Amino acid sequence: MKKWYAKTYVSLVMIFLYVPIAVLILFSFNASKSRAVWAGFSLKWYRELFHNELILTSLYNTMVVALVASVVATILGTAAALGIYSMKRKWFRSAIMNVTYMPITNPEIVMGVSLLLLFVFMSEKMHLPLELGLGTLIIAHVTFCTPYVILNVLPKLRQIDKFIYEAAMDLGCSPTQAFLKVIIPEIAPGVFAGFIMALTYSVDDFIISYFVSSASSATLPVTIGAMVRKRISPEINALSAIVFVVVLAVLLIYNFISIRHEKQIQKGGGSFR
Amino acid sequence: MKFRYASAPYVVWSVIFVVVPLFLVVGFAFTDSSGQFTLDNISKVTTYTAVFMRSIWLSVIATVICLLVGYPLAFIMSRCLPSGQRTLTMLIMLPMWINFLLRTYAWMTILEHNGILNTILTTLGFQPLNMINTQGAVVLGMIYNYLPFMILPLYSIMTKISGSVIEAAQDLGANPFLVFARVILPLSMPGVTTGITMVFVPSVSTFIISRMLGGGSNMMIGDLIDAQFLGNAYNPNLGAAISLVLMVIILLFMSILNQFEDSEEKEGMMI
Amino acid sequence: MKRFCAFVCLLLIVTMVAAPTVAFGYTEVDTEGMDLDYYTQYKDQGLTLNVYNWGEYISDGEDDSLDVNKAFEELTGIDVVYSTYDTNESLYAKLKTGGTSYDVIIPSDYMIARMIEEDMLLPLDFNNIPNFKYINEIYCNPAYDPENLYSVPYTWGTVGIIYNTTMVDPEEDMGTWKVLWSEKYADKILMFGNSKDAFGIAFKALGYPINAESMEQLEEATEYLKEQKKVVQAYVMDEIFDKMAGGEAAMAPYYAGDYLTMKNDNPDLAFSLPREGSNIFADAMCIPKDAKNKELAEMYINFMLEPEVGLANIEYIGYSTPNDAVYELLPEETKNDPVSYPSAEVLATCEPFLHISSELALAMDEKWTEILTDDQGYSNLLMPMLLAACVIAIIVLAVIRGMRKKRDQI
Repeated sequence: MKKWYAKTYVSLVMIFLYVPIAVLILFSFNASKSRAVWAGFSLKWYRELFHNELILTSLYNTMVVALVASVVATILGTAAALGIYSMKRKWFRSAIMNVTYMPITNPEIVMGVSLLLLFVFMSEKMHLPLELGLGTLIIAHVTFCTPYVILNVLPKLRQIDKFIYEAAMDLGCSPTQAFLKVIIPEIAPGVFAGFIMALTYSVDDFIISYFVSSASSATLPVTIGAMVRKRISPEINALSAIVFVVVLAVLLIYNFISIRHEKQIQKGGGSFR
Repeated sequence: MKFRYASAPYVVWSVIFVVVPLFLVVGFAFTDSSGQFTLDNISKVTTYTAVFMRSIWLSVIATVICLLVGYPLAFIMSRCLPSGQRTLTMLIMLPMWINFLLRTYAWMTILEHNGILNTILTTLGFQPLNMINTQGAVVLGMIYNYLPFMILPLYSIMTKISGSVIEAAQDLGANPFLVFARVILPLSMPGVTTGITMVFVPSVSTFIISRMLGGGSNMMIGDLIDAQFLGNAYNPNLGAAISLVLMVIILLFMSILNQFEDSEEKEGMMI
Repeated sequence: MKRFCAFVCLLLIVTMVAAPTVAFGYTEVDTEGMDLDYYTQYKDQGLTLNVYNWGEYISDGEDDSLDVNKAFEELTGIDVVYSTYDTNESLYAKLKTGGTSYDVIIPSDYMIARMIEEDMLLPLDFNNIPNFKYINEIYCNPAYDPENLYSVPYTWGTVGIIYNTTMVDPEEDMGTWKVLWSEKYADKILMFGNSKDAFGIAFKALGYPINAESMEQLEEATEYLKEQKKVVQAYVMDEIFDKMAGGEAAMAPYYAGDYLTMKNDNPDLAFSLPREGSNIFADAMCIPKDAKNKELAEMYINFMLEPEVGLANIEYIGYSTPNDAVYELLPEETKNDPVSYPSAEVLATCEPFLHISSELALAMDEKWTEILTDDQGYSNLLMPMLLAACVIAIIVLAVIRGMRKKRDQI
């Protein structure tokens, strides 16, 4: 990136991406509740954030749903990837892959609506205990997170040398041991990446959650969605500012560490790997 | 390796929570409120042609602009030093950590008649612009929210284009335009199609962005579906019919896009 | 990896943050005169109550007001789960869709009538609501609930035009609904984002009664509303608060009580009740059919009628009260405010919304979507044709590709 016009171009796009965020953070310091009026600098929304039960409950719901859903999705997805990988019948395999791509390519609103219809149908026509709430939220989140896990694990499985597994067995490993000692370490990065992706999508999902949550189980995005219909309470701005700063700090530290790491490798001295 | 049955729970899960719900949508689309078969819902969808046309048109514009803006950026990124690449990826992903509703809400503050941008314009002595509650604002909202989805797949494909390929083309006498048309573009084509899908699908089905930035009268398909289920005009059967048509449109769109890409390695991608 | 680290930090923050939660405002109500045995009978049973209300429609502890839900929780030991909706129609849709249950809802008059007709409400046990005695008798047995079996009035008010005195000439233009159609204020007008109120205004402006009587009237009002589209800046509900306070628009029809709230933020605002007459509405507390805790819901309704609680709510919302005990406690200034408590002559020009026949109601919903979406006259055949064109394009492209592949192989 030596040329000046490349630099200018990148900076322009970055300005476009960050101006709204700057505005958001700016208004978290606004003394007035109204978005339209600037009434001076104040930190009161940061204070009140910790006392706003609605926001804190939603935050709690978000965390519970995201953690449970991404753990379940990771287990379900990893198992599914193993199964798909060792499947012999091609048509069955491609049928499963088609179903796997569905939640990714289908518009979210259609997913949300269809799950809403399903849950209502199940609870009212079949009398299953599937009232909208944390349970349905978790089910919905698992449903749209699992494909991401599968798609992260499958390529790792394909990279495994089949003979290593067999060699382990020849050397006296039981199939379970061979699985634990050979397969798991190989696919671990894919499983982890899938888990992180599932977590991120789950934390940020609004559209599907909007359809399948109830009042008591609203996640943070759903609460924000209800707020934008009248006005955002500035506590949310404060929360976003905190999240933004934390994420930024973490990324900077991570970046810094990896740059140092690279330099060490370049010096030829301290390669850890 | 014998894990053949390991996928059984997932298969059961997706049948119940992916396949069955879609059949329910189809079922609702072809029945009336008392459960009788009818084609009324589907034929009623055509009365909302204007909404469909607007949604498709606006998301096509948004997708094209995202491509035009994102493509050079992804290319510049892919030619940076590794540390620069990492910083830029980070900068592009960082906004996604803040909920899109909040970022869109911030755009309202910027674009309004007495908003930040107009305040700046008037203090500089320009005429204030009418930006909020227009279709342009809706397109802007879509571009803003989905631009990273265009840049990231493009970038990950472009990092795989080796600099030596470009140099070889230059050595063989290709001018910059030819290098782009014959080397870079064909090699980055998978990224382009992925990027287009990832911007177009959420844009065409977006809701609430249009309500926030479009002033309520620039209704999109997503708003229409929302209105039938949890909004102002309760009619889930019609809502299901609209969702079905939306799915068909997206399916057709993706299969057109697939024709531009040799999709052999992507096993099982639809059609 | 990056995202994971971030997430861990976020978790840390949350655990730090979530520790002590103290409510702002105050939560202690003066329990003198309250039947404590009645209110505490379900204490310590870990019960929850689902309340579904309009946005900004309860005193929530902001600016040192009473936090009503918190006070109820502290008094009775019942957990209140509180959530909000923005139009009667979306409340109706949420209840109809099912999958979730509410114990207390606060719909408006015509919606209550519709819900009674569709058997969506439970009759109340007024023995559990002794405070009903405070309700002024002119608000008892209203047209929407003639025997007063299902509802307890919460607030009432009128609809008028809120305008910004720095942008509008009140002498010349205000006083009629027709000003909402005037080119002079093109792009400075906000309009209701729900069908009932929007059509009500159109009917009044056209000189009809506020409730549609025939399809012809509905058609005419639809055309009239379509005509208005070119001068309307946006169709909004509660977004109006920020927009009017910030001077984004010159005028907007909205509920009288909300005008008083907006005026706090922007003193330039004024209120006008058009001479054609307007809508007088009432919102009342009801219990939907699938409520899980009817007794608790009745207790909550009773609590809302307590003079001190009612006063806090009315002061927060700014709407008018049907509760005599609350009215007595209001400052003289408010009692004499013609916006909140208009004179009998003015009130005589106002009509309530009634439940109209279900065909008309359905037609109204459809027309409303049509108004919001109408811009070009597309042919209904356009979409099937487009889809067909796509299919043909796919086939052609596939064939071309197949041929090219064959050629490459040769």
